[in-house]
Amino acid sequence: MSLALKALKKSPWVFHVNTGACNNCDIEILDALTPRFDIERFGILLVGSIRHADVLLISGPVTRNILPRLKRLYEQAPKPIKVIVIGACGCRCGIFRDGYNIIGPVDKFLPVDAYVPGCPPKPETIIAGVVKVLGTL
Amino acid sequence: MDAAKYLFNYLIFPGFLFTAVAGLLATWVDRKVTARVHWRVGPPWYQPFADMVKLLGKEVIVPAGAKATGFLLAPVVGLAAATLASTILWMVNLYPSSSFIGDAIVVLYIMTIPAISMIIGASASGNPLGILGAAREMKLIFAYELPLVIVMMTTVYKVGSFSFEEILGYQSANGVMLGSASGVIAFIVAIFCAQAKCGMLPFDIPEAETELAGGTHIEYSGAPLAVVKLNMGIMFFVVPVFIITLFWGGVSLDGWRILTTILKYVAIVTIMVLIKNTNPRVRIDQAVRFFWGPMLVLSIIAMILAVLGY
Repeated sequence: MSLALKALKKSPWVFHVNTGACNNCDIEILDALTPRFDIERFGILLVGSIRHADVLLISGPVTRNILPRLKRLYEQAPKPIKVIVIGACGCRCGIFRDGYNIIGPVDKFLPVDAYVPGCPPKPETIIAGVVKVLGTL
Repeated sequence: MDAAKYLFNYLIFPGFLFTAVAGLLATWVDRKVTARVHWRVGPPWYQPFADMVKLLGKEVIVPAGAKATGFLLAPVVGLAAATLASTILWMVNLYPSSSFIGDAIVVLYIMTIPAISMIIGASASGNPLGILGAAREMKLIFAYELPLVIVMMTTVYKVGSFSFEEILGYQSANGVMLGSASGVIAFIVAIFCAQAKCGMLPFDIPEAETELAGGTHIEYSGAPLAVVKLNMGIMFFVVPVFIITLFWGGVSLDGWRILTTILKYVAIVTIMVLIKNTNPRVRIDQAVRFFWGPMLVLSIIAMILAVLGY
């Protein structure tokens, strides 16, 4: 394992994307970042700019309007970048699968490294998902 | 021979290598104390180093709308300037004979260059949020430099010289500046100016993660971002040392004085981190009003007290 990957494992900075979720998963993602879970112990930080990100946390099914932005966001991110889908909607469109503006789950458009199902998943589950992605590095 | 010695001083000790390691450890102290204030554990001590190595291994992106030369060179210029300021400060503290006339002015000016380099880099990035951050950074420089220069002048007035050698000699002969009324007021003003100079809350207006998404360094990624972060760490190390040199008898590395040096430094850093953690971000107009209002009045009071001999 190279030194850069080892360091990446120790400081994954996450960037949070909502592709049309109902906001429930976003609330749980914010919960996972609170002092109660203290994920800064593992070097995980929430960053404001996609250029600083190592991990994309994507919540929600992909809507027609968000697709070009999502693709552009993925291209703007510096590689290597890991993609984690949070919530049942991002994984399989969930209850929105018959919606007129839903064009599919996230993995139809981007390479996804981990799925965290749940409606919404608990913060513990989200943290477990991130840990599993880091284990594959 | 002289050139080799200067090169060693600039690159190894007390220049780049020493300053970078100390600056990164200082950012860890910042994050750890912040974590303790939040009632959590916080990152391990090697966290800033892991961040650096990781960023060096990431892809470097130059945005399509950016001017690549200015965009990539600006952080390096800032890093060179911050390192130079640290080198001069530590050299005059460790070997007072290496001081020269007016080095206090030189260090004050060089410490402004990292901020100016961030303005250049953000303006070259072609990102509207970055340019907004650059404009704010420029206003912030105008705001905090005025009281900082005036409080520096209180020390200079008492000593009667612009050289660090005489400032340090005066303090070891007559007691530190903090022992006098004007010194205490000047120290308080200097701490707030350092807060703005290091880009910490409540004056992290140019970066403003939640509204400008990184502001001046929004477009940086990979190695340039590592340099920007290193730059901030070094400034977080240099500015408190500058304040210690001006008001608190300087720093030293021989024998037991290492301990007092570390204590002085950690005391200032802890004050700054506590201010950071107990205050929300202010608007840029509020920041300018704060520095040109109460801080300017306090610094002028300190100056008057110094002239009257207190």
